[in-house]
Amino acid sequence: MDNSTKKLSKQVIILNELGLHARPAALIAEVAQKAKSNVWMIRNGEKVDASSIIDILTLACLKGTEIMLQVDDPSDRDVLNNISALFKNGFGE
Amino acid sequence: MSDVDQSESIITGISGSPGICIGKAYLVDREGVNVIEKYYIRKEKLNDEVKRFKAAVKNGKAELASIIEDAPEELRQHVGILETHMALYKDKMLYGRTIEIIENEMVNAEWALKKVVSDVKGMFQNISDPYLKGRATDIVHVSDRILRNLVGAGDVNIAAINKRVILVAHDLSPADTSQIQLERVKGFITDRGGKTSHTNIIARTLGIPCVLGLSDATSLIKSDDIIIVDGKSGIVVLHPTDQTITMYEERLAQYEEHQAVITRSSQLPAKTADNVRLLVMGNIELPEEVVSVRDNGGDGIGLFRTEFLYMSRRTFPNTDDLFEQYREVVELMAPKPVTIRTLDINGDKAFSYSSNSDETNPALGLRAIRFCLKNPEVFKDQLKAILKASAYGNVRVMFPMISSIDEVIEAKELLKQSAEELDRKGESFNPDIEVGIMIEVPSAVILADVLAEEVDFFSIGTNDLVQYSLAIDRGNRKVAHLYHPLHPAVIRMVKRVVDVGREKNINVVMCGEMAGDPYNMPILLGLGMNELSMVPQSIPAVKEMIKKLNAVDSSLFLTDVLKQSSTSGILSIMQEAYGKILLENRTVG
Repeated sequence: MDNSTKKLSKQVIILNELGLHARPAALIAEVAQKAKSNVWMIRNGEKVDASSIIDILTLACLKGTEIMLQVDDPSDRDVLNNISALFKNGFGE
Repeated sequence: MSDVDQSESIITGISGSPGICIGKAYLVDREGVNVIEKYYIRKEKLNDEVKRFKAAVKNGKAELASIIEDAPEELRQHVGILETHMALYKDKMLYGRTIEIIENEMVNAEWALKKVVSDVKGMFQNISDPYLKGRATDIVHVSDRILRNLVGAGDVNIAAINKRVILVAHDLSPADTSQIQLERVKGFITDRGGKTSHTNIIARTLGIPCVLGLSDATSLIKSDDIIIVDGKSGIVVLHPTDQTITMYEERLAQYEEHQAVITRSSQLPAKTADNVRLLVMGNIELPEEVVSVRDNGGDGIGLFRTEFLYMSRRTFPNTDDLFEQYREVVELMAPKPVTIRTLDINGDKAFSYSSNSDETNPALGLRAIRFCLKNPEVFKDQLKAILKASAYGNVRVMFPMISSIDEVIEAKELLKQSAEELDRKGESFNPDIEVGIMIEVPSAVILADVLAEEVDFFSIGTNDLVQYSLAIDRGNRKVAHLYHPLHPAVIRMVKRVVDVGREKNINVVMCGEMAGDPYNMPILLGLGMNELSMVPQSIPAVKEMIKKLNAVDSSLFLTDVLKQSSTSGILSIMQEAYGKILLENRTVG
């Protein structure tokens, strides 16, 4: 946890009806793949790789779930913001 | 199997939808692709193996891209999910990990991929939300396509069949059959399944032959093999000789001629020799089947199954979607009655967006009315659609799987609420719509006198009633032979329901498969049934049989039937009393 000070996080909530199914997961992964560092989604201590659709799906997030987004490197601030924006508009659903 | 052995052989299964077809086999073998061998790759060849995997992924993506491009306009709404699949091909957890396993474990790409996919499936197992849990199938679809490219098996995209073929499958799910271009299919044969399986229902609907429960048809038959399917005798002939083909061609011609004759006379009402009129109606699943009910001389629709409109989609349909479809059926059938059965989800018809796959025993689980009462909004959307359709013809509404009076009262309350909501919006509907229940659970038979107080009609669903009463799953080959509608217990139950109906002055219909077999007519007539509903293709043969019978004789015969203690006893007195008539009706086909 020595480099935890460098990490950036943001709390988001799932607004769309069907939760994080394949389409939203694909949208998140597409953005996360642009990051230089790792992008994580954390819920109740479970941590998945946001650049993998499959990993995101296994987190099984329903509508209303709160999730912590995290990037390992502060230079990925835009990626973090862009993903959080996806959550805010309910993935356009 | 063997490439050399081309001699004629006969495979016997469970007889399904009647008829004969001769043609080329088309193997839909999704299971087959899962039989994967493991072998080790030498270190210097590992690079090639990874390249082979990458090429298969690339080809898979290219195939999918062209499927997306070629998707017809009406399927556009389904394309979204395929675009998501495109992204899955290169997903770390699938793509990256497979390459890792090839390299670290020095195994072939197929094995590595299979291992990755089974790990991923394992992770999805623990998800409790059924919709999200179902997303594992997205990954399976993608990996199946990669696998097919790896093993060099052609695409099994059944939507792409471009010639008239006989489909050979391990089993066909409702999702599979929903993407088949049905006009290209001459017949179905499957390794699994029984008479009431979804595949057989579709086959009967289409009026094409079907043989089920063949065990290993998919391993014996290859695509493009010539096969003959004889639905009524449950036989498949592989590599038939010219002689055999000629013989079956003659039989086919005879069968078609016989069908034509009885279809012509089936437009007339079905009256027994002593002038008792029976209403002979059709069961349908798709709105298009109304045509088939009319062509076959149906006196109405006794069972409109409504699950189909809920399949192949991502969310529950709304009232308007449903209403359009119901109205079409009702208008085409008017003034004849259309009985719409409310949503009956069951084991093999689970929807991806609301599946009960975590139930160990779905037949005894959250299905039909139980599901609807738990999801009142979904239920009311359907009830409103049915009510709205009632303004356009003669509509009856029917609740499935009733096992207690509370369910009837609760369902009727929701119907009342739906009517009030429509009324407030000024929509028109028939306020006196007839309300009935399916009698298909033994408790409903016992309680028939109580239930009769709440409803306008009973409809006996014999498929489930026999299954639940005899505790037999017809899809299970080991016990399927014990399933018999002419079991004395079943006959007594039907008798009780009919007697209660007469006493309480409510209508009793029979809509299970039992009603569609001409062979059962002497007994059904003897019981005093006067409305039957069946697959449309059975209507002509049933009407033909009724015309040969006499109601008074049949009721005398029934007293003998009720004295029998076993199915075999019943069959033998039937043979004695009606052998000749039954034989006439059975010789062809």
